[in-house]
Formats: sequence, structure tokens, C-alpha cells
Amino acid sequence: MEAPNLHLTMGNWVANHWLSVLFLVSWLGLNIFLFLYAFLNYEKSDKYYYTREILGTALAFARASALCLNFNSMMILIPVCRNLLSFLRGTCSFCNCTLRKPLDHNLIFHRLVAYMICIFTAIHVIAHLFNFERYSRSQQAVDGSLASVLSSLSHHEKEKDSWLNPIQSPNTTVMYATFTSIAGLTGVIATTALVLMVTSAMEFIRRNYFELFWYTHHLFIVYIICLGIHGLGGIVRSQTEESMDESHPYNCSISFLEWDKYEWSCRRPHFVGHPPESWKWILGPIALYIFERTLRFYRSQQKVVITKVVMHPSKVLELQMRKRGFSMEVGQYIFVNCPSISFLEWHPFTLTSAPEEEFFSIHIRAAGDWTENIIRIFERQHSPMPKIEVDGPFGTVSEDVFQYEVAVLIGAGIGVTPFASILKSIWYKFQRADNKLKTQKIYFYWICRETGAFAWFNNLLNSLEQEMEELGKMDFLNYHLFLTGWDSNIAGHAALNFDKATDILTGLKQKTSFGRPMWDNEFSRIAAAHPKSKVGVFLCGPRTLAKSLRKCCQRYSSLDPRKVQFYFNKETF
Amino acid sequence: MGQIEWAMWANEQALASGLILITGGIVATAGRFTQWYFGAYSIAAGVLICLLEYPRGKRKKGSTMERCGQKYLTTVVKLFGPLTRNYYIRAVLHFLLSVPAGFLLATILGTVCLVIASVIYLLAAIRGEQWTPIEPKPKERPQVGGTIKQPPTNPPPRPPVEVRKKPSVDKEEAATPGGPQVNPIPVTDEVV
Repeated sequence: MEAPNLHLTMGNWVANHWLSVLFLVSWLGLNIFLFLYAFLNYEKSDKYYYTREILGTALAFARASALCLNFNSMMILIPVCRNLLSFLRGTCSFCNCTLRKPLDHNLIFHRLVAYMICIFTAIHVIAHLFNFERYSRSQQAVDGSLASVLSSLSHHEKEKDSWLNPIQSPNTTVMYATFTSIAGLTGVIATTALVLMVTSAMEFIRRNYFELFWYTHHLFIVYIICLGIHGLGGIVRSQTEESMDESHPYNCSISFLEWDKYEWSCRRPHFVGHPPESWKWILGPIALYIFERTLRFYRSQQKVVITKVVMHPSKVLELQMRKRGFSMEVGQYIFVNCPSISFLEWHPFTLTSAPEEEFFSIHIRAAGDWTENIIRIFERQHSPMPKIEVDGPFGTVSEDVFQYEVAVLIGAGIGVTPFASILKSIWYKFQRADNKLKTQKIYFYWICRETGAFAWFNNLLNSLEQEMEELGKMDFLNYHLFLTGWDSNIAGHAALNFDKATDILTGLKQKTSFGRPMWDNEFSRIAAAHPKSKVGVFLCGPRTLAKSLRKCCQRYSSLDPRKVQFYFNKETF
Repeated sequence: MGQIEWAMWANEQALASGLILITGGIVATAGRFTQWYFGAYSIAAGVLICLLEYPRGKRKKGSTMERCGQKYLTTVVKLFGPLTRNYYIRAVLHFLLSVPAGFLLATILGTVCLVIASVIYLLAAIRGEQWTPIEPKPKERPQVGGTIKQPPTNPPPRPPVEVRKKPSVDKEEAATPGGPQVNPIPVTDEVV
């Protein structure tokens, strides 16, 4: 029974995500292609014949991973140019939403590229460890093999740069060779910077100690600089063209003991270092990123006027602001900087105002150093208003939410914040009879542990309730609040006050429920109430909830496409 | 930066260093590099560090996400008491462990990363942080029926039928609980 629905849902998913899938597959494909291309080049090419004699296949592994590292270091800077991406999104505003969504998964892509960089760094370092070890061994070898003859090549003073083995003397250790070469030194520094960036960017650290992550991540500057100068030493050597014309390895490698000895014997080979090429890959993105930071700075310098400051219960600060040329859509977010707290830190906040309002607002909850500081600054009513800088807005423009006849909106915990914007906007559109709005009925589910920090959202629902009553449209919005952090006290109070018209906890007309919603009941009720509609289900919340909702959507969508159909959209607002 | 618990980052860094040491050690040992015995040492040191650092300590504020399956190692690490609780000792331990690996190129990256972790642990120790194990929460569910002594013998007090059927007129009056209902038997509010 569920199989046909599964195909529908999968088809739905592919239709929504085909561009992201295509992009990822192309990126992976390019990685594989570049790796194989460089690998085969270094493994088969004649000019590396003598180099391979000493190093073996480790050479090809090192160079192939190096090429992929160049490619990925180029790619990693692009997803964080959020203004550029915003611009791209803006230029395709007449494209449908499907094309714009992938641009919002920029940070996911950034992380994927970072993992790839880590993998290729590991391959590159391990391969070079083998390379240095082999160079060292062949320098110390006294067995008169081709490798040792090749290694002795620089001892001829006539042609200065014609050496092959960077380790010139049997007494040089690999450690010394590494730290006295540009490549070795920059390699160690860059890899250390990479490790530090990765450990401070682990989700646990990033979510709980954001400032640490933000500051440490600026080590990418060290990484990029080291990457740029990494290849300056020209340690990777290949035989020159003229030398190959003169004495091709196929003809001359066997007679290596007689090079230059007689008139008719082969000349010894001459080598040249590979010029650095990393800079060619990263120069473009570096320029883009510098432009991005400059643009952010320029936008941040534009004046932000704070029109209203509201302190809500449980230390939630609402800031209503205006900025020239600022236009937003529902569910977007902005980055905020307060120079009096910290020059460099920009923190993201979801916009809680509707686009129809004359101001834009954010609600700041005390959740760390910076947020606590900003709340404290605004609490001091007699001091001058601190300067605020704003960058944005960024994020999904989720206009899908207005396209469904029946919309089921589910906000869990802090995921309720974007719904403030959405609910307000839907209400404004409904009042003005905006024909972009197809919604006739909204079911809103709000799930949180306790309402404390969201008392402001409470007030919003309250005022929406009043306005709907005035217009006589009480049944437009049907909302439920579920408190998951209840105890027997709260339940006891609720039982005692069962007869009251308003809920004792929230003061709203609709009663609070305790525990988690039973989605089967809710979905079957909605399906029964709207047997012929397309129902859009929008969630902003945890993944586990997304899974169970997706299942419910499949289960309660009718097999008949003319009857009720549930479409699940998990939005990362 | 005041609320940062440095030990949390030091823990991630030390765990990463352990893995790097193991990898470098395996490369050196498998490739039989010069002085490969340092590589063998690195593998052992790396494993020890990973086992020590795998169980995440409890954050001072807020909930801590455990690593998958860390409770078994938590019990072992807890056994060492102050040796594992104190971050000064950890800083010194990591520093000492990193020194021999610094003699081999294959493991020097592990050394550098471990020294950095050691410095961060030192910073954490200076700020008075400590490793506290994440204990599983004791199940607080009271036994069902444990508080029920006896079913009530009297029926609950009910007003006469006519008074019960009247809907409450004043929705705003929150002051008087119960509205028009008058209890024949005085009822005390036992709910705290």
C-alpha cells in the first residue's frame, strides 16, 4: 500500500533536489577525474621516468592528491561568499524556487569540501612521507643502482639546477630536509592550521562556543598563504625536453653507469623543477572573498536606525530597525554586529517581522556571551543607543508556504522563530486579499519545552487571535501548543482550570496540550477535514521529527491524486 | 570569550592528535622508515590518548552531547580519579607523550597538534576547569501505583444537576475558581 506513495514522494524529492544532486555529482566527478588525470600523468609520463625510479608510485599519489587539493581549496572559498550567492539568487528571481534552494545549502557544501580537503591532505602527506624516505634512502645507498646514481646528480657543479634528489647529502635527515625546504615548512604549518580549524569547527564546539570557532577559523588565511607558496621550491622534478631529445630514458636508462663516459654514450639527464601552480587555482576565489568581505563591510556601514526596543519576559530582546534599501522575504535571516561588544563578530538571527511591515525585527535570546552582552547593553535605558550593523538578508525565500490551500506549519523549540514572520505575512496577505496567497486554512503546531523564552511568540498568537475574531475569521488559523517539559504540578493546575476559556499558561483561547503531538491523529483529522486539498507540511525542527512527519505525509496521502495529498517540506530557515 | 570551556576544544584537539599519531605511526612502521620504532611508539601513544580523550567531560552549563558509546570508557577513565580529573596532569601528560614522536618526520605533525592540545589544557586548568564524567541520569519514574493507597470511598462532591448544566458566563473572571459551583463538603486544594 505504501509503495506507490513512496514513488510519489521520491519523485517529489528528486524534483525538488535535482539541481543539488547534479551539482554534487559533478563536483565528485571532477575530483575523480582530476585525481586520475594527474595520477596517470605522473605514473606513465616519460619525463618522470627517472623520478619514478627513486620514488615509485608515491609520486603519482602525492601529485594527484595535490591537484585535487588545489581544486578543493578553490571551491571552499566560494560557498562562504554569501553576498555573491545572494546576488546570484536575486538574478534568478524569476526562476522557480528549485533553482534557488541549492544556493542555501552553501554551508553544507563548504563542509563537504572541507572533508574532502582533509582526506586529500592525508593522502598527500602520507605519499610525501614515503617520497622523502625514499629520497633519503637512495641518497644513502652505495649499491650503485640507478637510483643512487640519479641521487648523486647535483654533485656536478657545471649545471647548477640539474639535480633530482632534494636531499643532497647522506647526512641530511628527512627532518632537516623538510624543515629547511619551503614546501616542507609551509606544508607542516598549513596542515596544523587545517587541523586546528577542523577541531574548532566540530558541531559541538561550533554550537556551544561560537566565538571560539569564528576566531579560530580565520586561520584559513594562514592555510591559503602557505598553500600559495608551497610549491615555490620546485622540488618535483622532471626531465627537460632537450635532455629527453638528447638521451631518452628508454634508450639510456639501462646504460646509466656509462653516462658521459664515452663519446657515444648517453648524456646524463637534466631536470627542471615544476613551477608552483596552486596560486592559479586560488587567486580567483581569494579575490572574490576579499570582495565579499569588503562588500560586507560596506553594507555594514550603512546606517541602521533602531525604531523600537522591547524587552520580553525571560530575557528576550526585540529590536525593530530600519535600513535604507532593506527588503526582506519570509523566513530570511540577517547577520548582526555590535561594534561596542566585539568588532569582528557577526551573529545570525532569523527575521521575525513580515515583509509587509515597515520595519524589520529580530528577537535575541540570551544564549552565550555576545547575546547576553547585547541584552545587557539595551537594558541600560539611560545610555545612548549602541550602533548596530546589519548584513543581509540571506536565506530561503520560502514562497511555497503561500501556495498550498491548506498549510500545516510545525515549529519545534527555537524553530518557531521563522514562523513569526510567516504567520504575520500570511495574515497581512489574507487581510489585503492578496491573490498570491492561496492559503485558506492554517494548522500551526508549536512544540517546545516551556514557553518562557517564547512568551513574545505567545503575544503574537494572542494578537493574531484578536484580529481574527474582529474580522470574524476565527477558523482561519488553528494552532496547538505542545509543552514537552511538563511535570505533575503543571498538569495539576491545568486539570483544575479545565473549565476556563483561556489557557492558564498562555492566556490563549486554544488550550495547551502536554507531551508530544500524536501525529497520526492530527493527520487523519486534517485529511478528514480537507478530503480534496493539497496540504503543504512545513517543518522547522529536528531531524527525527522530520522523519516521522515524512512518514505521516506518505501514509495519509490518498492513493487517488484528486483526493487529499500531503507534501512535506523540511525547511532549514 | 568569557564562557568558553577551553577543555572542550582541547579534548577535540587531543583526540585529533591521537588519530594523527596513530596514522603517522602506522605509515612509519609499515614502510619501515628510518627509526621506525618511534612510529611503533606513536601508535601506542596515539591509542592511549584516544582512549583517554574519547569520553567527553560534562559541560559546566547546559547539556553535553555524549560521543557514541562513550559510557564504557567513562567508567574506566573515572577510576583514575584525580589523575584524569585534573587538567594540569593531562597537559603535562600530553606534552611528555608528544616528545618521542617529535623525532620522526612521519609523526611530527601529531607532536605539534598534541603540544597545542597540551597548551589548551594548561589554559583550561589555569581557569579551574575539571573533567567531570557524564553520568547516566537515574530513572526517576516512580513506580506505578506506589502512591495510590486506597481507592476513594466517597464519590466526589457534585452540585445539583441544574447548577452543573449552566455554562459559565464570565470568561474573564479568573479570580474565583469554580464559578457558580458551591461545594457541599469543603474541599481543600491539595495540589501544590
